[in-house]
Amino acid sequence: MKAAIVGSGNIGTDLLYKLLRSPALEPRWMVGIDPASEGLKRAASLGLEVSVDGAEWLLRQDELPDIVFEATSAAVHRANAPRYAEAGIRAIDLTPAAVGPYVVPPVNLGEHQDAPNINLITCGGQATIPMVHAVSRMVPVAYAEIVASVASVSAGPGTRANIDEFTRTTSRGIEAIGGAGRGKAIIVLNPADPPMIMRDTIFCAIPEDVDPDPITDSIARMETDIRSYVPGFRLLREPQFDAGRVAIFVEVAGAGDFLPEYAGNLDIMTAAATKVGEEIARAPKESNTAVDRHVIA
Amino acid sequence: MHQKNPTLRLTDTSLRDGSHHKRHQFTVDDVRSIVAALDGAGVPVIEVTHGDGLGGSSFNYGFSHTPEQELIKVAVETARQAKIAVLMLPGVGVKDDILVSQDNGASIVRIATHCTEADVSVQHFQLARERGLETVGFLMMAHSQPPEALARQARIMADAGCQCVYVVDSAGALVLEQVSDRVSALVAELGSDAQVGFHGHENLGLSVANSVAAARAGAKQIDGSVRGFGAGAGNTPLEAFVGVCDKLGFSTGVDFFKIVDAAEDVVRPVMPDECLLDRMALMMGYAGVYSSFLKHAYTQAQRYGVSGAQILVRAGERKLVGGQEDQLIDIALELSREKVR
Repeated sequence: MKAAIVGSGNIGTDLLYKLLRSPALEPRWMVGIDPASEGLKRAASLGLEVSVDGAEWLLRQDELPDIVFEATSAAVHRANAPRYAEAGIRAIDLTPAAVGPYVVPPVNLGEHQDAPNINLITCGGQATIPMVHAVSRMVPVAYAEIVASVASVSAGPGTRANIDEFTRTTSRGIEAIGGAGRGKAIIVLNPADPPMIMRDTIFCAIPEDVDPDPITDSIARMETDIRSYVPGFRLLREPQFDAGRVAIFVEVAGAGDFLPEYAGNLDIMTAAATKVGEEIARAPKESNTAVDRHVIA
Repeated sequence: MHQKNPTLRLTDTSLRDGSHHKRHQFTVDDVRSIVAALDGAGVPVIEVTHGDGLGGSSFNYGFSHTPEQELIKVAVETARQAKIAVLMLPGVGVKDDILVSQDNGASIVRIATHCTEADVSVQHFQLARERGLETVGFLMMAHSQPPEALARQARIMADAGCQCVYVVDSAGALVLEQVSDRVSALVAELGSDAQVGFHGHENLGLSVANSVAAARAGAKQIDGSVRGFGAGAGNTPLEAFVGVCDKLGFSTGVDFFKIVDAAEDVVRPVMPDECLLDRMALMMGYAGVYSSFLKHAYTQAQRYGVSGAQILVRAGERKLVGGQEDQLIDIALELSREKVR
């Protein structure tokens, strides 16, 4: 499947390396808007067609991608999304624009394989929502709360200018995809040097009288599922059960494709995007038609 | 360089930083009685919020007994002259929390970031100013950065609309000249664009002296908590600072005898116990640990049978910042595993 990356920053560049390794996806184009972009230079040297005229240029080409990965900003993706849909191009959105349905691969990818536009929530969401789901598939979770600690150097200007977007979008994802009655997200930026590897804590409110073992087992199975596409994801400790609460501690180290190892928060987004792209590429042909391309309109 | 007898504006934070000591269990009656007493003594600003700021009620920081917005409403109703301030930490609270607080009558919003991360507060300052709120910025854990770096961060806040940037000694780790150097750097950077403030903790027994150093270096706003009712070994005891200001000829507008009575008769009975300069608190000042970690360190030490002091020292080694209370559980588990070996 022919793929394009829109956005030539750190995320776009890291994604490029992952797509180049993918047997199912063929990255052919990368577009950006910054003529000085290192990402575009790298992409060109790796054999991609590049342009500094952004999505405009991409959509003018005779040959169009089957799938586009948007690694720009929420505002840019909101503007681009209808145009991709019009051209029959599937979009995987790494921004918090949330034009399409939320997808966290190990939880609900199957439900949205045909969606013309898929949103990946946030980095904190990708790292924690599967764990909320791992608990809520065993026992009712009235409330879930996640605390994401990331290295300051791995939080870009977009995240910083829109930190409320992170907390709100992640909270909604905890509810909609994680299956919690109510969700809350907290993000902490830590400037320690050397930079800390991303850590997340997931607290779920659970009934007081439940047997912890099946929950612990469900959490371990989810860890295995996530590790299949994010090798640097791991449980730091055994889940901790206290009155009416389970606490889960995870660490997300990046694969080091382009971004450094500590930036697990960025790696888990590009890994999830690649995973979603591969699943779409492998899905039966008929589901790749543009039948529901008008859904967003 | 600065006027010899400055006029200082004091903010009492016992109903915010004291929330940590109270494990976030303030009731409507607690707030009504403390606000009435402080307002009567002439304290011009009273901060009322969950200890970790708006939206702080959580597993990670502790759930509030009474929703903070109810407490803010009661404080506003009770105060005759004092303004009611709220604290918010971007990443914990969101802009809507600021708007709800304003609807409930709060007129000052104080936005706090770790002292290297000021740019996450830009959108919140902009909103607050658009809505006509007075703004204060908190550069937390100010001991961890040199004066020049702190001044650059203060500039980001001031440019975003912050009217007073505080040097916040969250760990109670700063010592005298380290305070005045930082305050001076901010005063030099900000000039007439914004005031400078100081927020101290008692973890090395220096909060009053540090606040004097800050005022002499040009700080115009000073935080304290009556009876030290705050986090760690407590905040700058406001009634003591008022007395010191009287002696030094600094004008605060607060009546010393009335605030001393408020501390003894009204605030002390609300406190679960006194805030102490004990082993745990000293570890925080010495190792540079966020004061709000204290009660959480006690909780995890008890839960896992490990040393609370060791938890705090390791929190310092890991360079944890405010907000990472969850990592204290991880540290306690690490210590308990080491004990088994």
